[in-house]
Amino acid sequence: MSELPGDLLFTAEHEWLRKEDDGSLTIGITDHAQAALGDLVYVELPEVGQELESGAEMAVVESVKAASDVYAPVSGSVLEVNEALADDPETINSDPYGDGWIVRVQPGDDSVDTMTPDEYQQFLDELED
Amino acid sequence: MPFIPHTDDDVQHMLQTIGVNRIDDLFDEIPRDLLIDELAGVPDALSEMEITRLMRARAARDGAALNFIGAGAYEHHIPSVVWDIATRGEFYSAYTPYQAEASQGTLQTIYEFQSMITALTGLYASNASLYDGASALAEAALMAVRANRKSKSKRVLLAAGVNRTYRRVAEAIAGTQGLEFDELPRNAAGTTDLDALGDAGPAPVAVVIQQPTFFGTLDAIDRLTDWAHEQGALVIAVVNPTSLALLKAPGHWGALGADIACGEGQPCGVPLSSGGPYFGFMACGEKLVRQMPGRIVGRTTDLEGRDGFTLTLQAREQHIRRSKATSNICTNQGLMVTAATIYLSLLGLDGLKRVAATSQQRTAALVERLTAIDGVSRLFGGPHFHEAALRLPRPAAEVLEGLAAQDVLGGYDLKRRYPELGDAMLVCATETKTDADLDAYAAALRQVLGAA
Repeated sequence: MSELPGDLLFTAEHEWLRKEDDGSLTIGITDHAQAALGDLVYVELPEVGQELESGAEMAVVESVKAASDVYAPVSGSVLEVNEALADDPETINSDPYGDGWIVRVQPGDDSVDTMTPDEYQQFLDELED
Repeated sequence: MPFIPHTDDDVQHMLQTIGVNRIDDLFDEIPRDLLIDELAGVPDALSEMEITRLMRARAARDGAALNFIGAGAYEHHIPSVVWDIATRGEFYSAYTPYQAEASQGTLQTIYEFQSMITALTGLYASNASLYDGASALAEAALMAVRANRKSKSKRVLLAAGVNRTYRRVAEAIAGTQGLEFDELPRNAAGTTDLDALGDAGPAPVAVVIQQPTFFGTLDAIDRLTDWAHEQGALVIAVVNPTSLALLKAPGHWGALGADIACGEGQPCGVPLSSGGPYFGFMACGEKLVRQMPGRIVGRTTDLEGRDGFTLTLQAREQHIRRSKATSNICTNQGLMVTAATIYLSLLGLDGLKRVAATSQQRTAALVERLTAIDGVSRLFGGPHFHEAALRLPRPAAEVLEGLAAQDVLGGYDLKRRYPELGDAMLVCATETKTDADLDAYAAALRQVLGAA
């Protein structure tokens, strides 16, 4: 397992969040999640401007063997979606923390239950036990 | 003779192994008050000999009447080779086998069917079939809600010519998921009143357009399609496959084309047989493929570079996507699809065109004969496909009963779903009807009405 980037926060649903300078959040799925899913063939993205509800379905990632929901880790409105994933969904496999980002959202006021990289690493280690 | 392979000892052994006393205990989950002791109205079992005799007697009551009823189910000539091939052992099963890819012939048949449906509808992809035309519309409406995420609406608008029986089925299936169905006003020509579109209410998630309409008239598909798209709605086309040999394919309606097309496949090789069987078909544009219900067969190459066929896009389906699957439709109607594929292959596009054109002409000739009778007139003017609504001087139910007594099934009583049309019936004559048949119908109607 590769090093987890230090500037990210993680969720128990294997998603990552990065706080941008403008207060928005960029969201993707973790390296662990992409490895578990296998080669991705399709990503269903939300609409720009769509209002997300924390814990509700935000996107769908489909691999050759499964289709899984990606849940919104926060409430908020969608500012931008990674359109490039429509043609190259496998970018999530090759670069989950970089070009494989999924959405950028303007978060609402609710607090988010996240883990630091160290905490998420520990969470993963416990999953494997 | 029971056809259950387990002996009482087998059953006892299995019950003991899982620690249950009686088979009934396996159903403890079901609340007592929901259980019934017996099925009311179901008679005792009959022997094979008794049931054969009963069924022969019932079948004989069908007689050999001349049929002029359409209204969604159509009598066409079916070359005998269609069912000779479809009932061969290799094809004679409704379902895709569990190891689908081991049955390349079955998969290729479905693939060819899908190719024909996409060719007829002018759309990108087709599924392997649905239960029937009405439930296909319900599935298309649910699909439109899934796909049209920009729309917050669950309102589905139906053009004036959409079969009201289809609407009832769609409401029964999709109504429980919050979908609402509203019908657009009809004009004097038996098509959708375009002048009323401005008052159509809140923007719908989808607009359903049936062509030809239930009354056999031709709706303004291009205008309606463009109007629907301007409203942010998806367009669902309900079409008769025979008519597509002559009429514009849904994929070319308006500036952008219909988004989904569906309909009843029965006219293509499936006989009319006391209410069934039927099969639905569905096709859609490329962007919507992942929202389409049902199974889809794809063509691919194997490791040795040979052509092969495979079930594809399975991540949408129930065995993978579970409760969020696009549907739990399988290939239940596979045998009807096999017959339709053989029928369409035999006829080819030219043959289908001849069937469609001849049926259109036969209906026009029938309408001419019937409207020559006093008190019988066309309800709607303008061009028709192979069906037309006629106004009668007496209640249609009475007239149809009188005709049936003369071995003529004269049409569909419009009062059943369209009481506002008064005494009127819908008639249809396909390529199966000769001039003598049309004359016989006209003579019978003249007699029933006591008209000159």
